[in-house]
Amino acid sequence: MKLLRLVPERPNLNILSKRKIAVMFSCVLVLASLAMAIVPGLNFGIDFRGGTVLEIRTEGPADIAGLRSQMAGLGLGDVSLQRFGSDTDVLIRFEKQPGEDQTIVIKKVQDTLGSGVEYRRTEFVGPTVGDELKEAGFLAVIFSLLGIFAYIWFRFEWQFSVGAIVALTHDVLATVGLFALTGLEFNLATVAAVLTVAGYSINDTVVVYDRVRENLRRYKTMSMPDLLNLSINETLSRTVMTSVTTLLALFALATFGGEVIRGFCIALIWGIVIGTYSSIFIAVPALLWTNVKPVGVSDAPSNDGEDGSDETGNSLPATT
Amino acid sequence: MLYIERWKLIVIAIICALGFVYAAPNVLLNRTDGDSASNLPFYVPYRTVNLGLDLRGGSYLLLEVQTDVVVRERVASLTDVVRTSLRESRVRRRNLKIDGQGVSFELLDPSRVDEVRQQLRDEDPTLQVDTTPEGLVRLSLQDEDLLELRRSAVNQSIEILRRRIDETGTREPIIQRQGDERIIVQLPGVDNPQRMKELIGQTAKLTFHMADTTTSPAEARQGALPAGSIILPAQDDRRPNEAAEYLVRKRIIVGGESLVDAQPNFQNGQPVVSFRFDTVGAQKFGRATQQNVGKPLAIVLDGKVISAPVIRDAILGGNGIISGTFSTQEVQDLSLLLRAGALPAPLTVLEERSVGPGLGADSIAAGKFASMIGLALVVVFMIACYGLFGVFSVAALVMNLVLILAGLSILQATLTLPGIAGIVLTIGMAVDANVLIFERIREELRNGRTPVTAIDSGYRSAMRTIIDSNLTTLIAAIVLFSLGAGPVKGFAVTLAIGLITSMFTAVFVTRALVIVWLRRTRPKALPI
Repeated sequence: MKLLRLVPERPNLNILSKRKIAVMFSCVLVLASLAMAIVPGLNFGIDFRGGTVLEIRTEGPADIAGLRSQMAGLGLGDVSLQRFGSDTDVLIRFEKQPGEDQTIVIKKVQDTLGSGVEYRRTEFVGPTVGDELKEAGFLAVIFSLLGIFAYIWFRFEWQFSVGAIVALTHDVLATVGLFALTGLEFNLATVAAVLTVAGYSINDTVVVYDRVRENLRRYKTMSMPDLLNLSINETLSRTVMTSVTTLLALFALATFGGEVIRGFCIALIWGIVIGTYSSIFIAVPALLWTNVKPVGVSDAPSNDGEDGSDETGNSLPATT
Repeated sequence: MLYIERWKLIVIAIICALGFVYAAPNVLLNRTDGDSASNLPFYVPYRTVNLGLDLRGGSYLLLEVQTDVVVRERVASLTDVVRTSLRESRVRRRNLKIDGQGVSFELLDPSRVDEVRQQLRDEDPTLQVDTTPEGLVRLSLQDEDLLELRRSAVNQSIEILRRRIDETGTREPIIQRQGDERIIVQLPGVDNPQRMKELIGQTAKLTFHMADTTTSPAEARQGALPAGSIILPAQDDRRPNEAAEYLVRKRIIVGGESLVDAQPNFQNGQPVVSFRFDTVGAQKFGRATQQNVGKPLAIVLDGKVISAPVIRDAILGGNGIISGTFSTQEVQDLSLLLRAGALPAPLTVLEERSVGPGLGADSIAAGKFASMIGLALVVVFMIACYGLFGVFSVAALVMNLVLILAGLSILQATLTLPGIAGIVLTIGMAVDANVLIFERIREELRNGRTPVTAIDSGYRSAMRTIIDSNLTTLIAAIVLFSLGAGPVKGFAVTLAIGLITSMFTAVFVTRALVIVWLRRTRPKALPI
C-alpha cells in the first residue's frame, strides 16, 4: 500500500534563513492585533460586559424587522438582533440596564412575544459578575502562561522558557487580534479557546525543543543555526501531521457542531494554525537570540558566520 | 529487545475492559428514565455522564443575599430596645438615631450613664455599649455578631430556597453557597425558568396590619401622616375599583412566620389562598379581629397591599382567606411561598443562564454528529498515512473515547457543550503521541535499524517528548478548571481526562498491539 506523505521523507528546509521575515511578519501581526483590540476594540459578549441575550425560534422564517421594532418599543436601550444559524432562529441582545432590576428584560420580552416562540436560551449577566469574569479570564491567561513558563524552565533551560513564552504570547495576542478583526463575540468560551491554543502551541513547541535538546547533546560541534534547522526538519513531519488531524476534527466541529460553539471552533482553528507557525518560526529562532549553547560547551566566542552575531547583541545575557 | 511482560498486558487489558464496562451505561440506559438504573444490582455500574444544563436544558442562577437589609433591620430594632428599656426605667433621652452599625442617643441627665449602661447590657449581653461622661450613649452590634447575622441570613435563605424548589417538584436541583453572600441554584430540566425565578426571587414576607382609616393616603401624603402609620402601594394595579395606595398602621398584628399551612382554594369561583395560623398566631389574630369588627384589615406582601377586606366577624379559629385578583397559577405560587416561608433578606439575581430543552437536545445531536465526522476524518487520514500502524492508532483512539466516557461517568464530571468540543479536540490531539512515535520509528528505520529495534527506540525516545508536551497542555487545562465558570469548567475536565487517557492509550495500548502483532508475524520490514 502506498502511504500518504504530507512532508517529504527528509525535508531540508532552511527555516532559520527566513527568521527575519517571520519576525517582521509576527511583529506586524502582534502590533496590528493590539491596535485592533483597542480600536475598534473587542466585541465583548455579555459574559464580560453584562447584559441579556435571548435566543428564540419562531414558527416559520423570523421577521427580523418586525421583531426589531417590537424590541425597540420596549424601551430597554440598545438592542441588536441577528439570525442565528437558521432562518427561524434569532439572537436578541440587550445592553445592561441602568438601575437595580436587571432581570426585567427577559420578563418584558417574554410578555411581548408571548408563548408563540420557543425560548431556546436566555442569559443574563449582571455588571458585577461581568467584571469578575473579565478579571478571572485575564488572570487565567496570565497564570497559565506563568505555569507553562515555570514548567519549561524546570524541564529545559531558561532560554527555552523565554522562547516558549514569547511564542505563546504571540499566539494569544494573534488570537485576540482575530476576534478584534472579525468582530466575533469575545466571551468566556473564547478565553477557554485562547488557553487551549496556548496549551496546543506549547505542545508543538515542546516537541521541537525536545529535539533541539537531544541534538545539542548529540552534535556538539554543529553550528546553532544548522542544529536548529535540523531539529525543525526532523520534527516537521510530526508537526504537520498533528496539526492536520487536529484541524480535521475541529473543522468537523465548526461545520456540524452548531451555532453556539462556532466562534469557539474558529478561535481554535486559527490558534492552531498560528501556534504551529510560531513553534517553528518564533520559538526556535528565539533560541538563537537567547544564545543557547550545546551541552558542555563553554561560553566561547563563536567564530561561525552563520551564528547571527548581529542578533546576539540584542539578546538577553546568557548565563550558561 | 522489544518485550512486554505478561502482567503488563493483563493490566492494560483490564483497564480497557473496565473502560468498556463503565462507559456502557451511557449507551445502554435510557437517560430520561432514572428508574431503570435503580433496578440494576449494586455491582453493575449505572452511572452515566452528568449532562450540563446547556445540554439537558435548565436554569442556572447566581443569587446574592442582600444581607445589608438584615443588618439594617437589626440595627433599626435597636431603637426599640432603647425606647422600651428607657421607658421602663423612666430615663429621659434625646437624639435617638441610627449611627453606623448601632444607635446613639444622649441622656438628659448624664449622671445616670452608668445605670443606663448596666441596664442595656442586661437587656442584651451581646450588644456593645459605649458611654461618655457627658451622657452620650452608643449601642452597637459586635463585629462577630454582625458576621453571624449575615451568615445565618445566607444559610436560612438556602434552606428556604430548597423548600420552595422542592415543592415545585424539580428533580435534582443543586443549591449551594458560593463565597460569603452568594447562592448558586441549578435547576435541570425546568421548562418555565421565568416562573422559577419569580418563585425564588420573591421575599414573600406576609404581614397583617390594620388599615388606618382616619385620613386618606392622598391627604397623608400632603403632610398629615399620622404617627405610627405608613403609606403602602397596592400590589396589583389591574384592579380599577381598588385604591392604588393604602394607609396602614405600622404595627404588625401577625406575620407569615405564624402560618402553619397555606393552600390554593376557590371562593365564589375566584382563586384564593386559604391559610391557617399556629396557636399563638390564631390568638393574636382572633383578638385583633374581635376588637376591629367593621374596619379594614390590610394583607401586606413584601411591602405591597394585596387587599384590605373589611372584618365582618371576629376570626377566632385561626383560619382565613387571602383574596385578590389572582390567577390560578398565582394562587398556587403564593401558597407555595407562604408554606415555604419568607426569605430573611431580598435576593438579587446576578447571573442567569437558561437553556430550553430543544436547544439542549439539538446541541447533543450536533455534538455527536460532529464527533463522528471528526473521528471518521481522523481515522481515514491516519490509516492513509501510516497504514497498519494507522489502524493501531485508530484502535487506541476509539479506546481513548471509551475511556473518556468511562472517566466522566466515574468522576461524575459534568459534560457541557464546550466539553464535547474538548472531546472532539482530543480526537485530533490524541493521535499526536502516536504520530510522534511513528515518525520516530520511520526515522530509526531510515537510519538502518531493524524493525524491532526501530520500534523499541521509537517508543522509548518519543516517551519523554510525549510526557513533556502533554503535561504542559495539562497546566493550561488545570488553570482553566480553576477559572471556574460552569461550561468552561466542563471543557477543562474533558480536556484533562482526554490528555491522560490519550497518553495511556497512545503509549500502552498501541505498544501492546504492536508487540503482539510483531510476535505473530515477525515481519522483515515495517509497513509504515
